[in-house]
Amino acid sequence: MTEVATQSKKGETKPKNEKPKAVLRDDYEHPMEIYLRIERFPHIWCATCGIGTVLTAFISGLEKSKLDIEKVTVVSGIGCTGRTAGYLRLDSFHTTHGRAIPFATGLALGNPKLKVVVISGDGDLTAIGGNHFIHAARRNLDLTIICVNNFNYAMTGGQAGPTTPMEAIASTAPYGCYEYPFNLPFLAESSGAVFVARWTALHIRRLTNTIAEALLKPGFSFIEVICPCATLYARRNRLGDGLDLMRFYHDNAIIKHGANTREVDIEYQKQIIVGKFVDIDKPTFLQQRDRFLKNKLGNQFIPYKEPVS
Amino acid sequence: MKYWRVPFDRDKIDIPHGDIHINIDRCKGCSFCEEYCPRDVLKMSTNYNKKGYHYPDVIKQGECVNCCLCEMICPEFAIFCIESSKDTIQKGMKKGSNQEATS
Amino acid sequence: MKADPVGVAKGSYFMDGDHACAEGAIAAGCRFFAGYPITPSTEIAERIAERFPKVGGMFIQMEDELASMAAIIGAAWTGTKTMTVTSGPGFSLMMENIGLAVMMETPCVVVDVQRGGPSTGLPTLTGQADMMQARWGSHGDYELIALSPNSSQECFDLIITAFNLAEQWRVPVLFMMDECVGHMTEKVVIPDAYEITITPRKFYRGKKKDFKPYKFNGHTKIAPMVKAGDGYFFHITGLTHDERGYPLINAEAQQTNVQHLVDKINKNVDKISIVEEDNITDADVIVVSYGISSRVALKAVEFARKNGIKVGTLRLVTVWPFPEKRIKQLASQVKAFIIPEINMGQISLEIERCAAGQAPTILVPHAGGWVHDPKDIFQAIEEAVA
Repeated sequence: MTEVATQSKKGETKPKNEKPKAVLRDDYEHPMEIYLRIERFPHIWCATCGIGTVLTAFISGLEKSKLDIEKVTVVSGIGCTGRTAGYLRLDSFHTTHGRAIPFATGLALGNPKLKVVVISGDGDLTAIGGNHFIHAARRNLDLTIICVNNFNYAMTGGQAGPTTPMEAIASTAPYGCYEYPFNLPFLAESSGAVFVARWTALHIRRLTNTIAEALLKPGFSFIEVICPCATLYARRNRLGDGLDLMRFYHDNAIIKHGANTREVDIEYQKQIIVGKFVDIDKPTFLQQRDRFLKNKLGNQFIPYKEPVS
Repeated sequence: MKYWRVPFDRDKIDIPHGDIHINIDRCKGCSFCEEYCPRDVLKMSTNYNKKGYHYPDVIKQGECVNCCLCEMICPEFAIFCIESSKDTIQKGMKKGSNQEATS
Repeated sequence: MKADPVGVAKGSYFMDGDHACAEGAIAAGCRFFAGYPITPSTEIAERIAERFPKVGGMFIQMEDELASMAAIIGAAWTGTKTMTVTSGPGFSLMMENIGLAVMMETPCVVVDVQRGGPSTGLPTLTGQADMMQARWGSHGDYELIALSPNSSQECFDLIITAFNLAEQWRVPVLFMMDECVGHMTEKVVIPDAYEITITPRKFYRGKKKDFKPYKFNGHTKIAPMVKAGDGYFFHITGLTHDERGYPLINAEAQQTNVQHLVDKINKNVDKISIVEEDNITDADVIVVSYGISSRVALKAVEFARKNGIKVGTLRLVTVWPFPEKRIKQLASQVKAFIIPEINMGQISLEIERCAAGQAPTILVPHAGGWVHDPKDIFQAIEEAVA
């Protein structure tokens, strides 16, 4: 350790009188770097933004799920969270605003061997992409949706979105938001999702486990992650920085597995109910399709096969 | 996190031990790692990194139990733990002081 | 490569353009379809829904046209040939992701069975008023390929060409039918599979670590593609990007990227463009038309020739990219161009631009709902030579 401590990143020796510090050793790189396009770092997210934390949870969850990473494809829409696809060293697609889910639908059906994950924001998935969201859930497509909810449109400067709680101030709600926000787990469950969970960026281990579980769950799985947005949401509402929001989650998040999703609304600066709410079994779109068509068409039915290169 | 008493089997348990590695220039100073390290191993430095952020310093070298929470919670991929080699741990344990484990 | 016999329903049929288009797509190797029902294109989706389970295809009816277009781009990146169909209002919705397909250089085919517009317009009656939308509908600068068939047989033949062009140039190809062509029932001959030539997807075969999804070397080479799930760990974005596919937000990157998108079509017009010419050499007047108007025009041309007027015809089989060079050549030879189209003047503008004052262009407009009266076209011809 002493040797390590006296070496800086580039192997220069530090002045002797300086207190030894732990620094990056040349022979180690961050264990998650193999999953990252590290040449694109630093990423665009602000200091104390939680999206990077969700990304570490995703990577750890992916590792934990032991899926073949060659077969894992990540699709993102537009927005702060929309940039996640670009930082992951997986087959990754950065699509148009709101169309991540239909794009992912094409990938998942075009090659049923793929595990397609959509990581995007609340505005992208449930406002402009809301229709796609409910229909993908209804069809029970084999997709894992990770929705990072920071309560506003952060990329464009903190406008009010479908999840902005009443009273909260946003750039397009300068006197406070007066619309009813979405209760995303309820929306997902009522649309037909088979796996619904919510965590905050602070519940990092539980989130990791849930992501691993969701990746292995056939069908439409949905994870909402409440995430601090320091630069816009917290600043406008005078809530401090990302750390203050993390502390708020620490004090106000209540874990209730199996909670009725009807009752998990998020009100402005009130308790946040987190946990795994729904985990049911239901045939996926493809299972349903193949079984149904096989029954109806018998030998005439030729199952879809992904193309070979 | 503090124990209210020393566990009876403390000397038998192999407490994992980690080395913390920090990519100082990648840090954006959110201090999540400092806040949530269960052993209070980290403290934000008064120095600045290349970008002008305060980065964490390891203040209690031997205390890290390799839980990797800092690694998980860091949004910048700037900090990570690697389990120390067995020798170092045993040496530390024998002396009965975690502080000296890596000195 | 020859067509897969599984998808080729060889024989002679009495079939409308929509059904022929569906059969053509299946013969061309299309195995992924996402669509949303809209008159007058529904027959294509219905035929595909019925046929796909029997040929190993994947049909999905999406929640809207935005989703349909996004889904076919996604599916195209799994290596399959994809198509969606729509009409006016749906075509407007698809514009967003047609731009994405252009930017991602994704081969796919979009069929627009045109009807009268604007807005809901004439859902069951014909129109040709989406021609400029096909070219300019999505935001930003881009070039793509648009074809316009005029018979059921051509719906079958030309959609195969559409798929081939999409693969060859890595570009979305628009198939601009109109309601009349879609619903007109005629004889269609579907040949043997070995008589149908298919351009297969060009896959990358080199080292994994050297793979780049794009090549911006002007108009000379189109980069081969890979499929998702093959371990290339590639990134594709709708943002301005470099050859690695990584976003790059600056003026130089924009210049390189957009120049490439435009050049690969613009500088290869000669290889892409298909026009059908008749009696051009001695013509005083040329009737330029496409789609169903080209068949109506024939009647007027026949009548004019009987009256001793030297009329030639030029039919735009590929409407975009526009055969600029050819029109310029002809403009110096002829007295006038007559352009009958079922809109208030779209392609005529393009001809006017290419003729550049060398020859007058006479538009015979029609607001839609029905085809021209050949008399109107004849009258325009007569006036042109008078």
